[in-house]
Amino acid sequence: MLLLIAGALTVLTVRNLFVATMMLGIVSFLMALIFVSLDAVDVAFTEAAVGAGISTVLYIGTLALVGAQEKPGIKFAAGPLVTCLAVGAVLFYATNQMPPYGNADNPIHTHVAPRYIDVSPIEIGVPNMVTSVLSSYRGYDTFGETTVVFTAAIGVLLILSQLRRRKEDEDEDAEKPARKGLRVSLTGLGSQHDLVPHVVAKLLIPFIFVFALYVQFHGDYGPGGGFQAGVIFAAGFILYALIFGLQYTQKVLSSTVVLYLLAAGVLLYGGVGIAGILLGGNFLDYNVLSENAVSGQHLGILLIEFGVGTTVAAAMLAIFYAFAGRAEPVTKMPDQE
Amino acid sequence: MFFDQFNYWIFIVLLMIGLYTVMSRTNLVKKMIGLSMFQTSVFLFYISMGKITGGTAPIVVETAIGAPETVYSNPLPHVLILTAIVVGVATTALGLSLVVRINETFGTINEDEILEMEDDT
Amino acid sequence: MSVFGFHFAALVVVLPLISAAFSALLRGKNLPWALTTIVSALSFYMSIQLLIEVSANGPLSYEMGSWAPPWGIEYLVDPLSGFMLMIISGVSTGVLLFARESIAKEVPEKQLGMFFSAYLLALAGMLGICITGDAFNIFVFLEIMSLSSYVLIAMGAGNDRRALTAAFQYLIIGSVGATFFLIGVGLLYMMTGTLNIADLASRFSEIEDTRPVRAAVGFLIVGIGIKLALFPFHIWMPNAYTYAPSIVTAFFAGTATKVSVYLFIRFIFTIFGIDFSFGVIQLTDILMPLAVLGFLSMSAVAIFQKNLKRMLAYSSVAQLGYIVLGIALANETGLTASIVHIFNHAIVKTGMFLSVGCMFYVIGSPYLKDLNGIGQRMPITTFGFVLGGIGLIGVPLTPGFISKWYLILAALERGTYVSYALVVAIVFSSLLAVIYIWRVVEVAYFREPPEGSTKTEAPLSMLIPTWIFILGSFYFGIETSINVGFAKAAAAFLYGGQ
Repeated sequence: MLLLIAGALTVLTVRNLFVATMMLGIVSFLMALIFVSLDAVDVAFTEAAVGAGISTVLYIGTLALVGAQEKPGIKFAAGPLVTCLAVGAVLFYATNQMPPYGNADNPIHTHVAPRYIDVSPIEIGVPNMVTSVLSSYRGYDTFGETTVVFTAAIGVLLILSQLRRRKEDEDEDAEKPARKGLRVSLTGLGSQHDLVPHVVAKLLIPFIFVFALYVQFHGDYGPGGGFQAGVIFAAGFILYALIFGLQYTQKVLSSTVVLYLLAAGVLLYGGVGIAGILLGGNFLDYNVLSENAVSGQHLGILLIEFGVGTTVAAAMLAIFYAFAGRAEPVTKMPDQE
Repeated sequence: MFFDQFNYWIFIVLLMIGLYTVMSRTNLVKKMIGLSMFQTSVFLFYISMGKITGGTAPIVVETAIGAPETVYSNPLPHVLILTAIVVGVATTALGLSLVVRINETFGTINEDEILEMEDDT
Repeated sequence: MSVFGFHFAALVVVLPLISAAFSALLRGKNLPWALTTIVSALSFYMSIQLLIEVSANGPLSYEMGSWAPPWGIEYLVDPLSGFMLMIISGVSTGVLLFARESIAKEVPEKQLGMFFSAYLLALAGMLGICITGDAFNIFVFLEIMSLSSYVLIAMGAGNDRRALTAAFQYLIIGSVGATFFLIGVGLLYMMTGTLNIADLASRFSEIEDTRPVRAAVGFLIVGIGIKLALFPFHIWMPNAYTYAPSIVTAFFAGTATKVSVYLFIRFIFTIFGIDFSFGVIQLTDILMPLAVLGFLSMSAVAIFQKNLKRMLAYSSVAQLGYIVLGIALANETGLTASIVHIFNHAIVKTGMFLSVGCMFYVIGSPYLKDLNGIGQRMPITTFGFVLGGIGLIGVPLTPGFISKWYLILAALERGTYVSYALVVAIVFSSLLAVIYIWRVVEVAYFREPPEGSTKTEAPLSMLIPTWIFILGSFYFGIETSINVGFAKAAAAFLYGGQ
């Protein structure tokens, strides 16, 4: 716990943004460990994959494009400090009367949650309660969450594809050599000479995909589910791109396909919801999907988790492609951690 | 007794550090890092409140007959935070893509320098 | 209501969400636009049906996944949320009718599919916030709306690179606001064990004396205040509105901050309850000065703007001041004034931003210095703008007058010397509005157009929607039974529901 604070302080003070990013990754990882000790295995899994994995890749990708050194001469800012202390004070004031930590009689353990714990294994037939709450009781939140990911991917694509287009419009002839340079940079992404990463990656990537599928379909029984699987799946492709070059990766899975997959995930999720209506239930009602309510729930959860996985994997890849495609000809994409 | 609310204190301190980073730093990437930390601290808050001492992860386990009944921690905060983590990474991705574009159009990612340029135009 | 009509409660939000995924795949100039417009119009139709249903038969609850609340997520349409749904989808549809020519000029054709996808997501986010009966679900939809609005604002970068910094600033401030909201919801959850709004409300009175709840109220008000652009948290808004593409500004000016106002009302009245909000923690003492300072200072700032869009943006912050004042007055008339003003301001401001959009389409600049003699160069557009301005000032027979009239009535209802001061402040602020509108009139009609300029009007497809909003605003200023009727019903519901 104290390590967390130490890490966070380092992030604040360190000038070099690479170091700050690494520290942030470490903070996330520590956080994931703490989550495990707090019984939140699903969350820990996600935090490790996202906070320590995907975000770090994103930050490094950005830093490669914008430069890693923070400007010296940081002023001491009194206003923000006072605000932060005030916010902290309010919360500290609140902790005094908060329900005691870890006590089973707290309101949140006695009011709504017991139903999830006691009845969900029977109603839904899925041992992992997080999965059943996530995809059935609060399935609509998860639909929203999938949409958030979709929004982000659409947003990144829109924002990052803007300038390149304008360049083309303005001076098409003058830009031609530079565009060639851009293409060189895409191949430059991979490292052609290092044998060790190539071999390791070739060995590793199939396992990553298998693991992703396992996480995808085993979410009912253990920690995992569509979101984590999507991230891992995307990580496999990103690793491939880092080692062998973006060009080859896009040959396997082109940006257009990624875009279609992106939409397909949301449509699958929404489609399951609409199917609920057409079969006489409410939106996202899985009970009506099959003769038997429990098997209907199973089918519904399976399908929507697949939708989530598809969208998340496609979104992560789309975002990665967009960032990597921006790389300047000279800038070499740094390797992963 | 004294350390009863220890988790919540850590949450508060992390939150303050994150918020301070967001507000005081002029480097846009540093601001995003601060924002990520600020959001992460809230995850800790939610997860801490879901914990029951002596509980286990909310995945059904077979208990031997006669053994004391298993106590599960509250799954609901976990679900909420899964969603929140996703929202967080979505925000990060979007923010960073804006940083990249700002760097391309303005040639810097320092807020003060950008503000100066905006005043000129 | 038919069985299928019952599902409108879900479809009104889900349809735009799913269509967003389709839209991202469409190419060309017309297809994405057509899809978006049709979907928005369908949402508008469903909103009206829902509002009629709710007015006749009382609140409508829709259980997502057929799980009863508080275990599942519930959609709840009551008079207030029904009214909001209608405003949002209506403004969106009107703006979209205008959008085809306008946006094609500001966003490259290749990106239109995804642009409209983001637009639909923003629409779905707003509708989702207004209709949901679950506090955490609000957060999810708040983020859908926010993320897509950051993107839409950044799309203005084709015109002015400052759109990027505006979007980034909004992203940072907006995310901090949303996270504050999340902390507030977390604290409430911690104390009550529930996330369902109705359930929260019923359990709130037991725990209202505890410190975490006080802190939660603080976090929620600050968090929503940031999103609302409540003075002094408004700094992100003028930039964002100034540099976004025209239709995005028009859409958001009418709806985005109004959604936050809705949240404000929802939390203060439904969850905290009137006795707690205005009796125990004395919200009036906090909100009223902020509101008054807000509309006075922002109206004054608006006078000195050189950019027409920025002027209107500051004026929007000022108008939000009126709305918050109505809430702070803590009586039914005040709340009615607020809700009426949400409607009136949405329709007037959208009309005005659309006229500016027409000018921008033809002239290519929103700066006053480039608009000399615009009254002769684009007579129809400019006349529309001026009519909208008159509505904004609050001349009798315009919608602005109706809202201010109720606001003044509500102030007088309090019957203290403060209320007379408030009346003076409202009138004074309206005079400031006269000044900034007059500045435009002066530029438009009393300055010579630049040499060689010709008379060019915007295309009809843009003029007609603009005039629908302008004429509509006069219609609702004279025939007030619809807007005031629904607002009164909503206010009475919120006061009576306690």
